[in-house]
Amino acid sequence: MSNTLSFVRTEMLPQKTPPASSVGLQGWLRENLFSSVGNSILTLLTLGFLALILSNILPWVLFGIWDAGSLTECRAMFAERYADGREYACWAVVTDRWDQLIFGYSFGNLHEGLYWRPIVGLALILLALSPILYPNLPRGLYIATAASIFLYPWLIWGGSIWGPLTLALCIIAAVFAYRAVAKEVSSLIAIPASLLVLGVLVFFAMSPVSSGLNAVAPIELQPVPSREISGFVLSITIGIVAIVASLPIAVFLALGRQSNLFIVNKLSTGFIEIIRGVPLITLIFVATILLKYFLPSSVNLDPVVAVMVLVTLFTAAYIAEVIRGGLAALPKGQYEAADALGLTYWQAQRQIILPQALKISIPGIVSNFISVFKDTTLVSIVALNDPLGISNAIRSNSDWNGIVWELYGFIAIVFWIFCFSMSRYSMSLERKLQTGHR
Amino acid sequence: MNKSVFLGALTVAGLAAVGASASTLDDIKARGKINCGVTEGTLGFSSRDAEGKHGGFDVEFCRALGAAIFNDTEAVEYVELSSKNRFTALSAGQVDLLYRTTTWTFSRDVDLKTTFVGINYYDGQGFMVPKDLGVASAKELEGATVCIETGTTTELNLADFFRANGMTYEPLPVGGTTEAKAFFEEGACDVYTTDASALAGVRASLKAPDSYIILPEIVSKEPLGPTVRHGDDQWADIVRWVQNALVAAEEHGVTSANVAELSKGTENPSINRLLGAEGSLGEMLGLDNDYAARAIAAVGNYGEIFEKTIGESTPIGLPRGLNALWTEGGLQYSPPFR
Amino acid sequence: MSDMTSPPKQSFKFSMLLYDSRYRGITIQIFVLVMVLGSLGWLAGNAATNLAALGKPLRFDFLGDTASYDISQRLIDYKSTDSHGRAVLVGLLNTLLVAFMGCVAATILGVIGGVLRLSNNWLVSRLVAVYVEIFRNIPVLLWIFVCMFTITAIAPQPRDFRGDNATASMLLNDSVAVTNRGIYLPEPLFSRPLGDLNLGIFNMSIELLVLLVVLFGGVYAARWNNARANRIQVETGDRPDTTWANVAIIVVPLLAALLAMGFHIGKPELKGFNFKGGVNMSAPLIGLWLGLTLYTTTYIIEAVRSGIQSVSKGQSEAAFALGLRPGRTMSLVILPQALRVIIPQLISQYLNLTKNSSLAVAIGYMDLVSTLGGITLNQTGREMEAILMLMAIYLTISLLISAGMNWYNTRVKLVER
Repeated sequence: MSNTLSFVRTEMLPQKTPPASSVGLQGWLRENLFSSVGNSILTLLTLGFLALILSNILPWVLFGIWDAGSLTECRAMFAERYADGREYACWAVVTDRWDQLIFGYSFGNLHEGLYWRPIVGLALILLALSPILYPNLPRGLYIATAASIFLYPWLIWGGSIWGPLTLALCIIAAVFAYRAVAKEVSSLIAIPASLLVLGVLVFFAMSPVSSGLNAVAPIELQPVPSREISGFVLSITIGIVAIVASLPIAVFLALGRQSNLFIVNKLSTGFIEIIRGVPLITLIFVATILLKYFLPSSVNLDPVVAVMVLVTLFTAAYIAEVIRGGLAALPKGQYEAADALGLTYWQAQRQIILPQALKISIPGIVSNFISVFKDTTLVSIVALNDPLGISNAIRSNSDWNGIVWELYGFIAIVFWIFCFSMSRYSMSLERKLQTGHR
Repeated sequence: MNKSVFLGALTVAGLAAVGASASTLDDIKARGKINCGVTEGTLGFSSRDAEGKHGGFDVEFCRALGAAIFNDTEAVEYVELSSKNRFTALSAGQVDLLYRTTTWTFSRDVDLKTTFVGINYYDGQGFMVPKDLGVASAKELEGATVCIETGTTTELNLADFFRANGMTYEPLPVGGTTEAKAFFEEGACDVYTTDASALAGVRASLKAPDSYIILPEIVSKEPLGPTVRHGDDQWADIVRWVQNALVAAEEHGVTSANVAELSKGTENPSINRLLGAEGSLGEMLGLDNDYAARAIAAVGNYGEIFEKTIGESTPIGLPRGLNALWTEGGLQYSPPFR
Repeated sequence: MSDMTSPPKQSFKFSMLLYDSRYRGITIQIFVLVMVLGSLGWLAGNAATNLAALGKPLRFDFLGDTASYDISQRLIDYKSTDSHGRAVLVGLLNTLLVAFMGCVAATILGVIGGVLRLSNNWLVSRLVAVYVEIFRNIPVLLWIFVCMFTITAIAPQPRDFRGDNATASMLLNDSVAVTNRGIYLPEPLFSRPLGDLNLGIFNMSIELLVLLVVLFGGVYAARWNNARANRIQVETGDRPDTTWANVAIIVVPLLAALLAMGFHIGKPELKGFNFKGGVNMSAPLIGLWLGLTLYTTTYIIEAVRSGIQSVSKGQSEAAFALGLRPGRTMSLVILPQALRVIIPQLISQYLNLTKNSSLAVAIGYMDLVSTLGGITLNQTGREMEAILMLMAIYLTISLLISAGMNWYNTRVKLVER
């Protein structure tokens, strides 16, 4: 009678399996592709578009010929194979010339068996980067970083090892000069003084010392003239030189632009804005056509080196903006704390500000490296032999005259592999740095 | 400027002082190499093979200079130059001479401070059209789209030709031969115009060469030849007379095969002077007396060079035409060696 | 108290230039200025000496010489007997044309792509991601080549339109022809033309001027009409319906002007080797435009995506809670806030696109680099002048774009807050 509650469940119901339409493949399809009428139409349109593109490209790629001596042979083989005149890719040009495209004339052909030099160089650069990329590796690897800056050019250009080593010694001497002057007189005088020491050493002491050392202990690689440096090795070398050499310039430019010294600020801002306001191709024209006019007529600047100089300045302006972003992102307390400790401007920058600012700038610097690397294709317009330049040269040989897509395809794939992996790396770094800061 | 010094120091080869007033020949001898400016790739005239080695008509003349000066055809550094920076490179001393399919014109000779020392190929601008267009003469090209390569004298000649004949046209300027050819083959332009030497090579490399014809009109004079800086007459003489020697060798029937035999001395005093068996013409140039014999032995005479690089037996298949010897109705003619 | 904190009075000593922070800044600045001016002076001096030695001092009078080359794609009248200066102007306008077209197209595609990238349709968002990764990791120069070659390979030649068994035909009622030499569009023609107004550098068609005047007059009248409606609304509380009146005020005079001038559409026709008449967008223009657009779009997609993702999720949840549909949530709530993140990135992409348009030189689109830095430079041999001018012009364009967009940017910010 008092029992008004007619039914009380005392035990849990067993879980039911979800309806077939919301699990497994069907459920996934429903949720992700056909969730509404509009979505279904979109999915079908996309599928049709994909099918159209792939059906046009895939057969051309897959039915290509890998083994022929010239385009004429390729065409003859297609004519033999298909009566209706169909033609697919002639990848034979890649099997024939891949070494030129990758390693260039310098290491691919002219000097047989020198593949190892750019490969070791690249490995060295990766090793040099590792302490920056993975902070928990032993700090001793920074020595490798410093060494690779001098060893990479040596591996690429060849010649005596004592040239780069003496240059390194000159720089070390300049650093000591800086320390000594800064301690004895003033850190302000120390910078121009050390630059002066560096200049004097480089101009007057370097070549006798290095040739003397070379006479005592000749360690030499076969020298490679810069105009023979070509293919992807050229692109990578321009990219690496530009990034490494532009970093110090960029740091100074960024500090200059943040500085409250009027003239320094305006000069840095002006330089950055001018460089960023003009297309890279005009700077490359300056390098290959105008730079000679700006130097004394007794100096004959190598066009590859000239291009590297201008690309370095170009990169410096962009990286300066990245570093400026890093500087601006630091909390104001960091600057104030440094001031409170009584640190001088340079001490504060070196010990507190720059290490943090540079660390958060690394992803930006990597993406700048990617764009510089892609932009190196522009040098083909001024007759340097980057991969595109080499592809033109290959086509002006009567064997491969008339081949277009295969070469562009190969170059595009190699570029893609490089740039994609770097951009993935930069993204993962960004994620890591973000969590580290919050 | 610190930066360039830094990089320059790394690449010791990069910065080489060149004396502006010193003799080019002395510089070359000190360097051990001739810096020869060539194109970045022109079918038949200069291109690289699968080994990365340079070859072609212009390259053979550079090699001949190497043989004449150093007795070594390999003593040549080839510097690839675009049509934009070739004259800058020459005037700045980056190269000693250009063998770079460069047309000898008044303003280049006078205004750009260069000296043209000879003509190794008489060229002219021609037109190629598909056969099924039914065009037999360039005068029928009213309103046509024309593919031209930019940065050359070609576009000026084209503008002049159409203006002189009161016709209009649509120029389709293209960066290089590759692009121009692809556009022409796909019908993006009706007419392909460039130097007749290149036209034949382009035609040969098309998918169906037989369905294209080269029109009879040659609308310009394009004398292509070696170029040196103003102001060093000795070097200009060397380049001029090595090239003349190759032409003279053909005139006299001296070939790479018989030059060793003939340079021992013949009945013909002209041949003897040419090959150094008589007189001391080579020493007047600042070279050895057998400079011409060495050059001919290394690369052959003018006709041999022509045949092996661009002649009718090659895929490029150019006829001698204007470049036949004057005795055979052409224009190639060497001043006498005496 | 002030006597305590003010620095001890002491006579000026030279060492204070280095050690006294009041003067040190000045010392540094003067030192830097002297170094910079010194190096610039050294460079300029070298250039002057070298140019004098070559016998070509810095002079810009070559711009007045006859250009004697032809340009097919042009916005203003030009023939080969005009001066180099005019050829440069044609090139500059071509640069601006392709940059403008590229920016518009890349923005539209980028916004669509950015929204699709975040779509809940897996296939579509993956496809957009794949597109972004493919296109941004390959140099833009390669893409320009690929687009140019694709157009010439796929589109039909004008010849294919001819004859009884033509393999290609014109689109949209025979008014648009897509060929591998370019796209020919119909053009507006007037059977009772009013002639041209000579403005010195170019001719302005009076018809266009008349139409613009009529249009602006109409818009102005419509605004006046709206203001009147507002007044009435304030006074009486009833707002008279202005929609149809406004449409009539704008459209009727425009139609009348068109009719009076005998407006009709001129279709391109195949004559001789090519289509004649109509507006022609040449193949290099299209190739460059496509290449630049497809490349830049990837960056704009990423900008739009990061902008949208920067808006906190609570915003869209709140909008949904208010009952807004997804489309309106996007356009009324999310996009306005996302724009603050998107616009600075857009500016830099517009700048990049404009600068990348200089790659036109590789496929023969006659932009500034192909005219001034290409044929004009080659014909006149004036490298120094041509390249300096080139850089100055690009710098001006860049500064103008960033100034304009920054102005817009600050305006958007002010409106929001």
